Amino acid sequence: MKIKSQRDFWSGLMFVVVGVVFAVGATNYSMGTSARPGPGYFPLILSILMALLGAFVLFKSLTIEVEGGDPIGAIAWRPLLVIVASIAVFGAALPRLGLVITVPILILMTSLAGDEFKWKGVLATAVVLTVGSWAIFVLGLKLVIPMWPWFVG
Amino acid sequence: MDLLGNLALGFGVAFTAQNLMYAFFGSVLGTLIGVLPGLGPVATIAMLLPSIYSLDATPALIMLAGIYYGAQYGGSTTAILINVPGESSSVVTAIDGYQMARQGRAGAALAAAGLGSFFAGCVGTVIIAAFAPPLTELAFKFGPQEYFSLMVLGLIGAVVLASGSLIKAISMIILGLLLAQINTDVISGTARYSFDIPELTDGIGFVVIAMGVFGFGEIISNLGMPAEHREVFTKSVKGLWPTKQDFKEAWPAVLRGTALGSLLGVLPGGGALLASFAAYTVEKKVAGASGRFGKGDIRGVAGPESANNAGAQTSFIPMLTLGIPPNAVMALMVGAMTIKGIQPGPQVMTSNPQLFWGLIASMWVGNAMLVILNLPLIGIWIKLLTVPYRFLFPAITLFCCIGVYTLNNNTFDVYMTAAFAVVGYVFYKLSCEPAPLLLGFILGPMMEENLRRALLLSRGDWGTFFVRPLSAGLLIAAALMIVIVLLPSIKSKREEAFQEE
Repeated sequence: MKIKSQRDFWSGLMFVVVGVVFAVGATNYSMGTSARPGPGYFPLILSILMALLGAFVLFKSLTIEVEGGDPIGAIAWRPLLVIVASIAVFGAALPRLGLVITVPILILMTSLAGDEFKWKGVLATAVVLTVGSWAIFVLGLKLVIPMWPWFVG
Repeated sequence: MDLLGNLALGFGVAFTAQNLMYAFFGSVLGTLIGVLPGLGPVATIAMLLPSIYSLDATPALIMLAGIYYGAQYGGSTTAILINVPGESSSVVTAIDGYQMARQGRAGAALAAAGLGSFFAGCVGTVIIAAFAPPLTELAFKFGPQEYFSLMVLGLIGAVVLASGSLIKAISMIILGLLLAQINTDVISGTARYSFDIPELTDGIGFVVIAMGVFGFGEIISNLGMPAEHREVFTKSVKGLWPTKQDFKEAWPAVLRGTALGSLLGVLPGGGALLASFAAYTVEKKVAGASGRFGKGDIRGVAGPESANNAGAQTSFIPMLTLGIPPNAVMALMVGAMTIKGIQPGPQVMTSNPQLFWGLIASMWVGNAMLVILNLPLIGIWIKLLTVPYRFLFPAITLFCCIGVYTLNNNTFDVYMTAAFAVVGYVFYKLSCEPAPLLLGFILGPMMEENLRRALLLSRGDWGTFFVRPLSAGLLIAAALMIVIVLLPSIKSKREEAFQEE
């Protein structure tokens, strides 16, 4: 069997897997009857629908010819990993190190995702954004955001 | 007669210096909040609730209302400029607005959104004043069956706007509905799909998904492309104002959007959201082959923007007359009313006429202020676009991160957003459109609740959705929509095939 559309094949597979996982999950909750639907009732219907639709997409991707095979193409590992890691680091650092240190870390890290990295520009951005986000979020909107690392404040 | 007297009373209240100030303050704050991605009106109003203890009821509500439509407008601004819909109802605006911005026509898009919204706001205000009493009669006829069918119609409408494959769009809706099942079941109190993680029992935040999938997914895919292919903006900004041609195209769209929005906004349950989706669909159909939808058509901005503003206005009707909040912001306004000792419901109109009509008049005032405030600002927003991408994306990332963190002041949401950034990139790679997913996610809990209530009432008979005339009508409309979508798409595909031969 040859895959006729890469993108559809993988999205179909994704839908089927999600459907099956949610369906299995739904069996943990009481189904009830249609006169008294329980917490598992609606999720089960949805997940079955999901799996069926996924199967249909999958079937289509194996039977209907698409010009060029609809390839997924190269995966942008660098931006993907860098951005996701920066968000996670931001989450971990903010409560402990405060805004003043977390923002420059975030800016430095995310800037690595791009294909140009110039120290001058990155540092300037970091300074501007740190002051800016303090002014907007803490001063202006009075949000409760930790400002300084735990050892200072 | 009555209408004029009532409006006169309302404007008398709205035009006091104090109330004008609060309306202005609310609109400015709302716009700022709307422009900052991630920080929604819900979070802001929630934060401001304690501070209104010191205010009188009327100025407090006027300010909250100002925040509400200010944020609506600000949310459209980010949707157009950086493809991050700040508000659920501006998801649709992002589709064509962002494309226009990329082609250097951000000014035209912003102006169309602003002027369309203002017009719709004016009409909406008059409609509230004139039709509040009779329109509530219609809402009274809505049972759970009707709500459910209405949401089916709304979701089908969302499918129509997805530009890719129909079946994948439907799958994305279901995926959204499923994601919304991660919560605590309202009826039985069972925590579902939470894996014993306490944060998950409250469900995933709308902003977390929107931010991860739209905001970060977009950044990653942009960075993944070689610089010369990057889908950012053209340097040439073609004027701040819409051209004559733009005006000609946009006006009818504004009129249609306003009409749709005013009608759908009355229905409790995400009226403004449904309205913007429906308006987009209508515009797409009306334009037919001449449309450039999905590639930067001004009608795709003007129609939905007018619709969601008109809907935002008329969605005050169920709140003011029935005490039913149609969305989260309204729920907080109801909360604010109760803080001030006013029981929301039909009696507000008679017991607090000053408040009722003053609020309505100040909606118009607030809308006027928004236009005055925002049109001159367009130039500044445009300037933002000329900032090179390597400065822009760390800034967007930062604002999204802070926005997500401040939602609940917890880092769990930040980690979830990181996960959804990956999901968003996967969707992008597999050409699955995320907009229908978001709508499914928002409507999911309401849909389930109404489905279960309807089944409970009918003792398990699914036929109940087809027996009740209003519900059946809505379902038939949904079915018709699918048929209509299918027909032209078959047609256009045939045309393509013909051209290739």
